[in-house]
Amino acid sequence: MKILYFAWLKTKLQMTEETIPWSEECPDTDSLVRWMKTRGPTFAEVFSDLEVVRVAVNQEYITGNTALKNEDEVAFFPPVTGG
Amino acid sequence: MIRVQRDIFDIGKEIETLTNGRTDIGAVVSFTGLVRDFNDGTKVTGLSLEHYPGMTERELSKIEDDARERWNLQDCLIIHRYGDMALGEPIVLVITASPHRQDAFEAAHFLMDWLKTKAPFWKQEMNASGETNWVKERESDLKAAKRWNSDS
Repeated sequence: MKILYFAWLKTKLQMTEETIPWSEECPDTDSLVRWMKTRGPTFAEVFSDLEVVRVAVNQEYITGNTALKNEDEVAFFPPVTGG
Repeated sequence: MIRVQRDIFDIGKEIETLTNGRTDIGAVVSFTGLVRDFNDGTKVTGLSLEHYPGMTERELSKIEDDARERWNLQDCLIIHRYGDMALGEPIVLVITASPHRQDAFEAAHFLMDWLKTKAPFWKQEMNASGETNWVKERESDLKAAKRWNSDS
């Protein structure tokens, strides 16, 4: 799976993207977020308040827990501030 | 039509291109968002916009489709810039064309309110001491966007 980070998530994690192999431990977005929190103090901080983190799968906003496949693109970003 | 670009745009030229040779359009409304020198009481010296290539175009196209479904639009253009911008430069342009003014006015208002809360762009402000800050979302923008939900 391709994981993308934008705006302050990218700044804090010092990473724009990474590839994570699909595993049975993370079959959906909820479990992926839970796993992210276990990756160290910076990840735990970034994913501590999910009110300020938006999730998109294959460039579409998701509204609830969403099943994931190995070829999926998952993006994490803050509420948008364009315009 | 939608365009996501780094380059600056010319508002007059865009309106001219959209209306050139047409005699069926009765009303053209445009909105331009500019880089201003203050935000929440703090002096701003420059702006940088990050976006999500691919998703940005998809979201803007969906917003345009929504507007065309709700109002009688003969044409519609959304241009949104990304990258570094100087004070006073344009960030975003929305142009709507319709036979009568009401559709063009309302659709332009809707397009701006919806793109502000849906299109994946993130503003980063620079201040006089050289610090950069990610801009936070505004409650007033969320309220403005919600207003259009009750109409549907």
